[in-house]
Amino acid sequence: MSFLARERTIAPPGYNRWLIPPAALCVHLCIGQAYAFSVFNLPMTKLIGIAKSAPTDWKLTELGWIFSLAIFFLGVSAAVFGRWVEEGGPRRAMFAAALCWSGGFFVAALGVYVHNIWIIYLGYGVLGGIGLGVGYISPVSTLIKWFPDRPGMATGMAIMGFGGGAFIASPLSVWLMHRFTTPTHIGVPETFLCLGAIYLCFMMVGAAIVRIPAPGWKPEGYVAPAQPKRLITTRDVYVYQALRTPQFWLIWWVLCLNVTAGIGVLGQASAMSQEMFPGRITAVAASGFVGLMSLFNMAGRFVWASTSDFIGRRNTYFVFFVLGFILYCTVPYTGKAGSVAGFVACFLVIISMYGGGFATVPAYLKDIFGTRYVGAIHGLLLTAWSAAGIFGPVIVNYMRQYQIDHNVPKAQAYNLTMYVMASLLVIGFFCNFFVKAVNERHYMKDDAKDTYGATA
Amino acid sequence: MQQQTPRKNYTLELILAWSFVGIPLAWGVIQTCINAAKLFSK
Repeated sequence: MSFLARERTIAPPGYNRWLIPPAALCVHLCIGQAYAFSVFNLPMTKLIGIAKSAPTDWKLTELGWIFSLAIFFLGVSAAVFGRWVEEGGPRRAMFAAALCWSGGFFVAALGVYVHNIWIIYLGYGVLGGIGLGVGYISPVSTLIKWFPDRPGMATGMAIMGFGGGAFIASPLSVWLMHRFTTPTHIGVPETFLCLGAIYLCFMMVGAAIVRIPAPGWKPEGYVAPAQPKRLITTRDVYVYQALRTPQFWLIWWVLCLNVTAGIGVLGQASAMSQEMFPGRITAVAASGFVGLMSLFNMAGRFVWASTSDFIGRRNTYFVFFVLGFILYCTVPYTGKAGSVAGFVACFLVIISMYGGGFATVPAYLKDIFGTRYVGAIHGLLLTAWSAAGIFGPVIVNYMRQYQIDHNVPKAQAYNLTMYVMASLLVIGFFCNFFVKAVNERHYMKDDAKDTYGATA
Repeated sequence: MQQQTPRKNYTLELILAWSFVGIPLAWGVIQTCINAAKLFSK
């Protein structure tokens, strides 16, 4: 399969680098479907009973594991296959991600057809999860190499696609299910087959057009700074050596705490808005609020990551932690004052910074550890996301229940949670504060190679 | 010295590639905006 080899993906002279972001988006828009998997939950509880759940139908608790497994395997595969992705090149990685991701849908369709949940766990959860992890990190270092002048903007564009994938998948899945559903059958397996085929084609286009820059290539007119900045290295740290540096673990906590603060409220936004403003925010309005939050989540990925190119990565996270702290402390007062507009504005900015945290971190890693293994190091860092996926919802849900059990009115049940989230951001601030340049002994010795060009 | 090769014009590829990802994304954003508008409707 020489077509997939790294050497075959080296761009010819004059290749337009603006073809690379669409290649990355082809992958990220597809794997972003994971955020929309919940649209299948209710239909999959009625596959046998059709009109209502039969005793042999699956329960929501069983179905919830499908998404959890996929996210777990995203983190594991990004960490395990990171080095393979980096050394094999982006086309091989995107190709593998396409096979795993679409294959996951095909296997899951079989699982629905024979009504065996374990086949779905294996298909969407394990195989699809591996596709998620490999696909998520596959374009990161390629984009950074093509855009040494704007690495934040470049990776922000791709990671924005992951946030936007659910926008496409959610209405598309609902429409497909509607088309294939009959009075005696719910069209979930056919929808899985269609989605698998669509995603396979889409991701293969991405794999076909992706290129890496030739050795020595630099953007026209780009001059690398003669005096390197203190927190931007021109050298490289080997992927597993990065694990031995305090910087990796500090950034791990920076990401984990930033994501924890956002993910907890993202999952509870609908219920929280209705409980804090009873009678003023209806269930329909709350679903609109969730939609608005997902738009800000996506836009924040691009805007904040692009901003980081100008103000620096560490300063961007300082903004997240300081502004986030102020906004989380403000939320209880908006509830007290009955200001729906203030409440909505606070959460839209918070959620934009949640997305921004994801999108800015690859460029942060590139600044600290160099370009060569940034994709693989990013893969290892994604375990912070998995951890935050547990911490965030647990903190929000358990604290709310604790407050309600202690006779706190529902409208005020989230106040303590907001202050806890604000204090997490204070810890994040200090973790970010302690990020310094990597000690000399951690850098790779063979630094003669060109950082911006392709490496064999 | 590197040989000068005529530069290929990538305009068509750029339009096709960005349309390929931009049109579905724009459709999804519009659908989400329609849903988000419910927040402001009585």
